[in-house]
Amino acid sequence: MPEHIREKVHNHPCYSEDAHHYFARMHVAVAPACNIQCHYCNRKYDCANESRPGVVSEVLSPEQAVKKVKAVAATIPQMTVLGIAGPGDPLANPQRTLETFRMLSEQAPDIKLCVSTNGLALPECVEELAKHNIDHVTITINCVDPEIGAKIYPWIYWNNKRIRGVKAARILIEQQQKGLEMLVARGILVKVNSVMIPGVNDEHLKEVSKIVKAKGAFLHNVMPLIAEAEHGTFYGVMGQRSPEPEELQDLQDACAGDMNMMRHCRQCRADAVGMLGEDRGDEFTLDKIESMEIDYEAAMVKRAAIHAAIKEELDEKSAKKARLAGLSVASVQNGTTGRYRSVLMAVATSGGGLINQHFGHATEFLVYEASPSGVRFIGHRRVDQYCVGNDTCGEKESALAGSIRALKGCEAVLCSKVGFEPWGDLEAAGIQPNGEHAMEPIEEAVMAVYLEMIESGRLENDGALLQAKA
Amino acid sequence: MALKIVESCVNCWACVDVCPSEAISLGSTHFKISASKCTECDGDYEEKQCASICPIEGAILLADGTPANPPGSLTGIPPERLAEAMREIQAR
Ligand code: SF4
Ligand code: SF4
Ligand code: SF4
Repeated sequence: MPEHIREKVHNHPCYSEDAHHYFARMHVAVAPACNIQCHYCNRKYDCANESRPGVVSEVLSPEQAVKKVKAVAATIPQMTVLGIAGPGDPLANPQRTLETFRMLSEQAPDIKLCVSTNGLALPECVEELAKHNIDHVTITINCVDPEIGAKIYPWIYWNNKRIRGVKAARILIEQQQKGLEMLVARGILVKVNSVMIPGVNDEHLKEVSKIVKAKGAFLHNVMPLIAEAEHGTFYGVMGQRSPEPEELQDLQDACAGDMNMMRHCRQCRADAVGMLGEDRGDEFTLDKIESMEIDYEAAMVKRAAIHAAIKEELDEKSAKKARLAGLSVASVQNGTTGRYRSVLMAVATSGGGLINQHFGHATEFLVYEASPSGVRFIGHRRVDQYCVGNDTCGEKESALAGSIRALKGCEAVLCSKVGFEPWGDLEAAGIQPNGEHAMEPIEEAVMAVYLEMIESGRLENDGALLQAKA
Repeated sequence: MALKIVESCVNCWACVDVCPSEAISLGSTHFKISASKCTECDGDYEEKQCASICPIEGAILLADGTPANPPGSLTGIPPERLAEAMREIQAR
């Protein structure tokens, strides 16, 4: 990855697994209309896919959106990025979206702007986007083959007509590719999102990944399809299944190449506010921001100081990480030529890069891979929170089983504490619970546990196997 | 002659932006079409614009009261299948 892109990505809460613990982002919902239909979307609610499960409560006017952004940026100085992602397609609402960008690039120049789009109207908007210091654009590209597209998109609205089937998909695909090329030509960062739909585009996405990267997309983010009958989407109602975590991980690995960053995408709501994985939207409802007095000039000064401090901390952290990566298992291999296989471990954290969450309180786990070459972040697995702090919860059992299912493939789970009951169940499922590294930095703890596994001989047999195969 | 928007409208704004006659506005609960302004797009477009972009089946009625986008025509979900799914969900 070129240095100037690495630099941008390094401090972006959505792209850097480190930065997202420190920097915050927000979305404003100014763009309700859409010009296509996806089989995973029900416009009665927000899209469950792309970037927004949940319901957006308020669609804002551009003026209201700008006011909200300034209020948030003044209150949460860690806020660095403002995204417009819907609830429909931002570029199908060009006036509202572009007006918001126009005002923000003038009034809040210290905020990075980004936009997500299905790409249909992208080519005609590129010029205008380039004018408003847009940091990056996300295009959702689920296919490059119109036959596959016809199974994902029932129709598009194009040239004042509703167009269906393969013809519609072909137009959409052409527009997406053209838009991608135009943005790259202007030096605007492009990220590509794809929704993994088992049996429809899962294999095909490897091809998509190759093409979009060859054209200059800096990141390809493969997200799992979310499809429940109660969402009322085509896929939900017709019983299309979602991918298993392992299938997703395999596809992400196949598509990742040398870019292993976007693994912590949380498919945020169109009006999300705050750090990734938290939502402070309730603090900034319309009536609340109306009564806020904002001195944005003063806020900018404060923000600059805080950002500089965070950046310093992040730089320190990545330097430390580089050191840790150097700290391979060579020291314990000592004399043997054995190569040890890699191990997946799950971590319960509420942020800050530390193991600081109770197993039962985790609504998601971060998954890391430990191998002789170091520790690497793989992704996150969402779970249903089974411990709601009361014993009358009848679904406790099944939710715990759900958590364990979500951890499939992991051999250990690191958290600040684990209860007695889940401890036994985890062990029975072959996942070693570990509460010994509470409040320690994640990578170091994962490496420590990996080294313990090696020392206790747990990986020995496999090591021998690997050697035999080699 | 004019089209009409009924309460199943989800207020997605899509029709407002594409109407050539500025006939569509936000009502108290959902969007509405001014009967006096709606030209059925005659002279502007071959297809009625609001009906061509609306994503919600049944939300827009033609002048004769029939839905511009009948059940199943936009989502591709056969109406029987949808009814069945709704029954299943309710039974849970
Ligand atoms: S582009 Fe987004 S809003 Fe439009 S139908 Fe697809 S998922 Fe829904
Ligand atoms: S039919 Fe045409 S003129 Fe009438 S409301 Fe719809 S878009 Fe407007
Ligand atoms: S396009 Fe349909 S659902 Fe959307 S606002 Fe217009 S009538 Fe309502």
